[in-house]
Amino acid sequence: MQSTTSQTGHTEAHDAHHEEPGFWRAYVFSTDHKVIGIQYGVTSLIFLLFGFFLMMMMRWQIAYPGHPIPVMGPILEKVLGDVASGGVMSSDLYNSFGAMHGTIMVFLAVVPLAFAAFGNYVVPLQIGAVDMAFPRINMVSYQCFVVGGVVMMVSFFIPGGAAQAGWTSYSPLATSIPTDGQTFWILGMVFLITSSLLGAVNFIATIIQLRAPGMTWMRLPFFVWAQFVTAFLLLLAFPPLEAAAVMQLMDKVAHTSFFLPTGLAIGGNLANVSGGGSPLLWQHLFWFLGHPEVYVLILPALGIVAEVVANNTRKPLWGYKSLVYASLAIGFLSFIVWAHHMYLTGMGTAISTFFQTTTMIISIPSVVILTCLLISLWGGSIRINTPMLFALGFLPMFGIGGLTGLPLGLNYSDIHLHDTYYVIAHFHYVVAPGTIFGLMAGIYYWYPKATGRFMSEFWGKVHFWTSLVFMNLIFQPMFAQGMAGMLRRMVDGGVNYSLAKVGNDAIGGLSDTMIGMNVGISHAAWLLGVSQIPFIINFFWSITHGKKVTSDNPWDATTLEWQTPTPPPHGNFATAMKVYHGPYEYSAPGQSKDFAPQNEPMR
Amino acid sequence: MEIPYVVQPRPDTGLYNAKLGIWLFLASEVMLFGALFSSYILLRIGAAPGAWPHGLLNIPIGTVNTLVLITSSITVVMAWASLKLNQFNRFKMFQGITLVCAMLFVCIKSYEYYDKFTHYEVIMTDGMVADGHLVEKSDTHITLKHVAVFHEGEGTAGDHHGEHREEMRIEAAQIRKMENYGPWHNTYLAIYFTLTALHALHVIGGAAVIAYLWGPGSRMWKTDPERFTNRIEISGLFWHFVDLVWIFLFPVLYLL
Repeated sequence: MQSTTSQTGHTEAHDAHHEEPGFWRAYVFSTDHKVIGIQYGVTSLIFLLFGFFLMMMMRWQIAYPGHPIPVMGPILEKVLGDVASGGVMSSDLYNSFGAMHGTIMVFLAVVPLAFAAFGNYVVPLQIGAVDMAFPRINMVSYQCFVVGGVVMMVSFFIPGGAAQAGWTSYSPLATSIPTDGQTFWILGMVFLITSSLLGAVNFIATIIQLRAPGMTWMRLPFFVWAQFVTAFLLLLAFPPLEAAAVMQLMDKVAHTSFFLPTGLAIGGNLANVSGGGSPLLWQHLFWFLGHPEVYVLILPALGIVAEVVANNTRKPLWGYKSLVYASLAIGFLSFIVWAHHMYLTGMGTAISTFFQTTTMIISIPSVVILTCLLISLWGGSIRINTPMLFALGFLPMFGIGGLTGLPLGLNYSDIHLHDTYYVIAHFHYVVAPGTIFGLMAGIYYWYPKATGRFMSEFWGKVHFWTSLVFMNLIFQPMFAQGMAGMLRRMVDGGVNYSLAKVGNDAIGGLSDTMIGMNVGISHAAWLLGVSQIPFIINFFWSITHGKKVTSDNPWDATTLEWQTPTPPPHGNFATAMKVYHGPYEYSAPGQSKDFAPQNEPMR
Repeated sequence: MEIPYVVQPRPDTGLYNAKLGIWLFLASEVMLFGALFSSYILLRIGAAPGAWPHGLLNIPIGTVNTLVLITSSITVVMAWASLKLNQFNRFKMFQGITLVCAMLFVCIKSYEYYDKFTHYEVIMTDGMVADGHLVEKSDTHITLKHVAVFHEGEGTAGDHHGEHREEMRIEAAQIRKMENYGPWHNTYLAIYFTLTALHALHVIGGAAVIAYLWGPGSRMWKTDPERFTNRIEISGLFWHFVDLVWIFLFPVLYLL
């Protein structure tokens, strides 16, 4: 079965009673999990690029505050008007771009790509299912996602511009900025939350109900486990944010005071509100989502990396069960660490001790997972191809991101580092060279299954090495800047700090070296943008021009998604799947080849 | 292509797909309402001493509405049981009662909302507060009925302090500030309106589904009775959840 390519045509007799759906049904209003996965994938990649574009504009303003943005400046002025007059980014625009960069990257790019795109395409295939449990709900989930994205995009063009209060939208700031952008933000979030809720229900039901015969829990590929835990996080952590969004919407629209305290002054005047609300309440509800969200961002990438590592080391994953239990532990613990984002709110020592403890504990399963993946490399005959390069790049990058989080989890060190560039460097190491590298590994790895062709290896390697170098050039200096005390969200990149300094390198001021790093970082960011061009061209060019696969299982993999025709037809499998053994039987002794697919009994 | 376990339960889980789906959905609903109830607790604990209002709502009306919803909870089970017993007409009757109860609940709730939106607190230039229902409003004066009059800062409407008047006419010039008991009036009303409106949306949504399955959707009984019965079970599970939320809402908002 592995040596031949069975094209879609082979199953036509099997599905003869199905009429071919038209263009709209097949590509736009499709209920097929693979089409929906690709829809999610392409849409979220576009948002990823757009979110990055916003940041590239902001990096100009940080490096050269007050100077007109070359090339893009006049365009921004034309499209957005006064906020970019003369091609210079105003502070309002900077705030909008900052808030929307975070929102887009988290809710419209990385989560949909990691969870919805890969999950939709791969999970049903890996468990041997014909589709998701609720195909029509799946379609609605994607449509809600698109509506949410459109609402967010439209908010750039309304009077006052998009939301400006950061992706965290802290009240009362978010409520008192005079723009309807925040209202759009809330409405957009409600659609996105609905979308992820429908997706999460669907994923969990599919994994529990539609596993093929013989696919027991401990035979699930680790990627499926990762998506399973992720789905539970989305299911249970998002609703509190929805509740918070409803209350903030009431504050904006019905002039309630959920998050507005008595005696609130806006612009020096007593605000006309009934008061009695609690700004901390918003922070609690937001971070109750916010922290599980971190693991929503990272778990699917860990799952992808595990698949790629097992496949390219040609040996079983080291500690499969530890991986599974560690991700379950992460899932549980991620609900009781949220207040470590709030040490600066003046919480009592007992509460802060509790959250420091849980935060330190949650680092244990994270380290377990990373360690298992590292030890899996030991003694393997490693194939270095593009997916493996990205997976190997992921491991140290995620390691740096995770370990630099520990000082933020302890309140003594956090009080110094809070809201500085150190925090930015930390979570970008987790999500940008971390998660996004994992997702890139997944794109290069599953591309041959989805299209029947490989992406170019050469340009893939160019993409990897340039991205790796520039990612580090961007984020490493930020650790230094942050420790020197440079704050986030400053429209002039910290120049006011350098004006305030007392003598060179004096405590309280920022040295010229620290401020000067802004220029280098910005250039690295733009070069990182340039390094994505080979990927974008490669991605589209290979659909028609890539090297054709000669087998349905080009990577000699064991999991079920490679046992389908290429690309998989509606209904996925040519024959019903039956599973005989675990997911990573590579190089098992006594076999005729170095891998044993899950649907073939072992000798 | 056929998705398995759409109607029959999967042997090792004992569930058909949609039943698992609705339980998962309800889990997320618990988190949604849980977050709002937690917010209620936090806001109430954080309120200045004596600032949290009591007695703004009509307990008998709330009790009646609670009974209406509990009745519908019973009939929704009876409807499902009737289908299991193969008695389609009994199903129609019981589910019809459920729908009537749902409509009654929404009507009573609307009346309560109306009552709050016409209930005004008028602060007068002489430092007195008149608290009552608006009867008439013109450019020169307003008229309130069932009015409590008390000094500003001396308790609230629910406390039954102060002097009571059947009707009161206030000249426009006397009015310093006038505001009705909408969500903007205080934090208690804010959470009251948010919680009950969200709950009412759930009632309306659930009733819409039940109405569809009672009307045009019931044709499925003839073609696929087992699947139809499952649908009734699922809508019933959702309906029970909606009732359960009210069982928590009633004491929290009306009694405590």
